[in-house]
Amino acid sequence: MALAEEASTPFVGLSNVSISEEIPVEGNITVPAGPSTRDDAFSTLDEPVKETILRDLRAVGNKFFHVLYPKRSSALLRDWDLWGPLLLCVTLALLLQGGAADSDDQGGPQFAEVFVIIWFGSIVITLNSKLLGGTISFFQSLCVLGYCIMPLTMALVVCRIVLLSGSGMVSFAVRLAVVTASFGWSTFASTAFLADSQLSNRKALAIYPVFLFYFVIGWMILTFSPRN
Amino acid sequence: MASPNDLQFQEFEEAADLLSADPGASTLSVSAPSEPTATAAGEDVKLDLSEDEEAHQESSELLGGQKSSGGFWTFEYYQSFFNVDTMQVLDRVKGSVMPLPGRNFVKHYLRNNPDLYGPFWICVTLVFSVAISGNLSTFLSELGNPTYHYRPQFHRVAIAAVVIFLYAWLVPIALWAFLTWRQGTERQVGGYSFLETVCVYGYSLFIYIPTSILWIIPFDWLQWTLIVVAMVISGSVLVLTFWPVVRDDTKVAAVATVVTIVVLHTLLAIGCKLYFFQTAPHTPPPTTTTPPIHTTLGVKPH
Repeated sequence: MALAEEASTPFVGLSNVSISEEIPVEGNITVPAGPSTRDDAFSTLDEPVKETILRDLRAVGNKFFHVLYPKRSSALLRDWDLWGPLLLCVTLALLLQGGAADSDDQGGPQFAEVFVIIWFGSIVITLNSKLLGGTISFFQSLCVLGYCIMPLTMALVVCRIVLLSGSGMVSFAVRLAVVTASFGWSTFASTAFLADSQLSNRKALAIYPVFLFYFVIGWMILTFSPRN
Repeated sequence: MASPNDLQFQEFEEAADLLSADPGASTLSVSAPSEPTATAAGEDVKLDLSEDEEAHQESSELLGGQKSSGGFWTFEYYQSFFNVDTMQVLDRVKGSVMPLPGRNFVKHYLRNNPDLYGPFWICVTLVFSVAISGNLSTFLSELGNPTYHYRPQFHRVAIAAVVIFLYAWLVPIALWAFLTWRQGTERQVGGYSFLETVCVYGYSLFIYIPTSILWIIPFDWLQWTLIVVAMVISGSVLVLTFWPVVRDDTKVAAVATVVTIVVLHTLLAIGCKLYFFQTAPHTPPPTTTTPPIHTTLGVKPH
């Protein structure tokens, strides 16, 4: 009896069967648990390429949506990716080109300078947050900071369109308003995601560098002046 | 029997508990073991400090040894340098802006808990505030000039970063090495650790941030007044901190050290002012593309 019970524990469906030792057992045993169901759930090897790409694009788009309407959700944090930040950084750096006197050194930031400021700045802010005892992981923080640059990138697009129509006082006032609003939006969105990961008596210490980071990016956008 | 040290160590934990319960309280731990009234009774606290100087030093060794856990390759080692709360950082910034003769910045505000958060972020903020304010002041001073085309001058950020970070890190290294060498075997008594030196220098640079923003106002006399005020405040923080350490040395060395500190600080302030905040009538922008004749025609006398 004991032997039969021991033998029957992996086979749940057969737990009611008790076989005495004298009767030889023969037959086929089908094992319900096998590699086939694992394959269905996790194997993405056989799907068409379009689906693979669309899945990643949908994840990126979903995160953009979360930045547009920032609520305290953990969606951005759980599945981090760095495609969005890379895309935004390249867009920002490209759009900041073509400014006044690009070739000499009195002009706006070079492509590499924008890249360095955004990525090195994000890394330094993340390290700062972790050193202060924050619970967020390194890449999650990079992901949040990168995605929250989106309002500022949209502001840059608007600024360039406004600059097409002239660069007088009115256009400056409009650009100032747009950049200020998007800077506030970026900071608010990133604090909505990052604030929970820090101790309450150190929140301001962790948030101030984020504020400075978006302020500098806003400054670069505002001072973009077109070639004559 | 190590009971005084034990009592000291216990107080630290108590004070830490009370501090976490009430972040606004002073961080000084009361050394009377029976009554842990850590709400800042100023007079009692100062007396205790002077009495228990020895015990305080010994316990600071103890705490110093416990603080930096792990080797320099572990993350926790660096985490011990960021062990500050918002209120502590604000307190230290306040102390750097209002130097009082009795208060040594290291003893009164740092209290064996030097941090790297303040110096680093104050330097970063100063870099951007100097570069941005300089750009704005150039723009404002050229406002009447019809040939002037606005340029963001972004390369100045790189230059400002190099200068300010070099100053904030190399000068403390040199000063700490010099002071340590002068003290020789008496290093433990009265000398500051490397981190404390970096910390003092970092926080002393804070006053330049509002100064650089106020430098945008294009009046020459105002700018020079601001420089003098900022240098007096910042310099006195440094002098008040380092004078107790050097006064035991020979007269010449003491005075020379203090004078060097002040001179370097002055050079930084004046150098930043002259390079980043050029006013149009004195020095036309060096790399402008318009020929100089047009510039002089367009300049209005201030």
